[in-house]
Amino acid sequence: MLRKLAAIILAASLSLPMISAADAAPKKDFKICWSIYVGWMPWGYLSDSGIMKKWAEKNGINVEITRINDYVESINQYTAGGFDGCSMTNMDALSIPAGGGVDTTAVIIGDFSNGNDAVILKDKAALADIAGQKVNLVELSVSHYLLARALDTVKLAEKDITVVNTSDADMVAAYGTSDVTSVVTWNPLVSEIVAMPGAHKVFDSSQIPGEIIDMMVVNTETLKDNPALGKALAGAWYEAMDLMSSDTPEGKAAKEEMAKASGTDLAGFDAQLASTAMFFDPAKAVEFTNGTELPKTMDLVRNFLFSHGILGTNATSVDVVGMSFPDGSTLGDAKNVKLRFDPAFMAEAATATP
Amino acid sequence: MINAKVSRGSALFLGGLPFLFVAIVYLIASAQRLAVNPSDKLLPSPAQMWSAFLDLATVPDRRSGDLILWVDTYASLLRLFAGVGVATFAALSLGIAIGFIPRVRAFLLPFVTVVCVIPPLALLPILFIALGLGETAKITLIAVGVAPVMVRDIANRVMELPSELVAKAQTLGGNSWTMVLRLVLPQVMPRLITCVRLALGPAWLFLIAAEAIASTEGLGYRIFLVRRYLSMDVILPYVAWITLLAVITDWLLVRLSQAMSPWAHPLEAR
Repeated sequence: MLRKLAAIILAASLSLPMISAADAAPKKDFKICWSIYVGWMPWGYLSDSGIMKKWAEKNGINVEITRINDYVESINQYTAGGFDGCSMTNMDALSIPAGGGVDTTAVIIGDFSNGNDAVILKDKAALADIAGQKVNLVELSVSHYLLARALDTVKLAEKDITVVNTSDADMVAAYGTSDVTSVVTWNPLVSEIVAMPGAHKVFDSSQIPGEIIDMMVVNTETLKDNPALGKALAGAWYEAMDLMSSDTPEGKAAKEEMAKASGTDLAGFDAQLASTAMFFDPAKAVEFTNGTELPKTMDLVRNFLFSHGILGTNATSVDVVGMSFPDGSTLGDAKNVKLRFDPAFMAEAATATP
Repeated sequence: MINAKVSRGSALFLGGLPFLFVAIVYLIASAQRLAVNPSDKLLPSPAQMWSAFLDLATVPDRRSGDLILWVDTYASLLRLFAGVGVATFAALSLGIAIGFIPRVRAFLLPFVTVVCVIPPLALLPILFIALGLGETAKITLIAVGVAPVMVRDIANRVMELPSELVAKAQTLGGNSWTMVLRLVLPQVMPRLITCVRLALGPAWLFLIAAEAIASTEGLGYRIFLVRRYLSMDVILPYVAWITLLAVITDWLLVRLSQAMSPWAHPLEAR
């Protein structure tokens, strides 16, 4: 009886459905995901307005856009192979999918944070006053990176402060309690906290422009086999960018919809856009991607990730994950390039736009 | 069927089967994913998990210089035992008072019954705002989470004490206080330990929920932190570690109960 049981178990486990990574063969249906952030709101609008559908059909494919409530979860889903593309920052793209061996290409550089992320002190007005304080932030996020860069500017190190990991959902309430004296967070939380008594914004991402980059990344193999996906995404995205930057009633209506989806009104959304350097013009995004600053930024980012152990426990050097840039240069292990910056689809959109 | 005796050896084998099955399923799935992508983070191999675990236990952290596993374990166990300790004390004092003294019962039982049905996690935001983000709020959450059920249970157990026992104690000249010490306390001790064993499961849940919100160290904190970069090679061993700690605590409590009240464990005594 026992032998029979063992045989059944063995047979059952061998016939398990094959769990495999994203299929790279040419296909027609694609899924991308995004989460709430001022620079990514257009993705929701593209889906609701039918613009994405139009561009997908134009390229002979289907693209389904899904909003995921939790940012980290959306990246994890993409990394696990559940989505073909996802919106994320340069830092998270390097640490999570690329660090996890999922070859990833940044097809659209949407914007960079230009004040959206900030270090806020309670009742103190100078960044140097942060020494010795407990700092509440979402640990290992871009907030943590911003803090590290901020500390550099006043010759402090992370050991001079205590980092308290705090969920972004609780950040505003946490600031209201008496034992929280400094926080690092992002918009719309920043504007909410700065409006509270005693809050002083002592450092923000406009002091490190271009380092916190928001982009749309796609699985490299999927993209290689299906360039139509890149074309459809870039085409749709820049149609929305044109609309948003145009001074027309349609543009205003589009922004109003995005504002509503992010839980604010047009004025609030415009205020957030003001601290976001949106690349409305694809040519500007291409120029940024081709620029000499990007490799320098990514070098800072990868050193931050490595020194915090975020490149994985098996990462023995900062070079373990390779990156490639539009001019063909690489950073890190050239034999293990997992994050690629490819301006081709943005460039195509730039020439197509009159 | 129901009369078949299970020998010790086959009981061990049968008991091990589900574990073996889960392990085999995991190994196959992990090997498949790693074959496609050697640096896949979702289903790490046992060797990867073991080396990550060893690193956490023996290699000082690059940033803080701490041995992370022990710092986390110490912080979490301290919170857990503080919270459960407060709850146990409340269960013992309030439970006996409610169960044994009619006036206290009339005064407190309705309140405890209502508090019992409030989901503690719903109180979490209130606790954090009222008590700040420090240790107090975390320990309070655990205590508030498990105490009401324990109080009710002990009160019920005291109320179930045979009235003959109480009558006999009174004829022997016992007053309320000596009866609490000599009659009620020994009677409820084994039940109290069972209560603590049952409360430890929810207590872990509240501990991890509290640590997920705001912390600088702790087992739940670490799991939620490394989730940010999909470090399953840390998360899975941590879950196993928590399981091990929970099993050991439970085993120790059973031993304690057997030592303190052997009469309550006639089956094991054989």
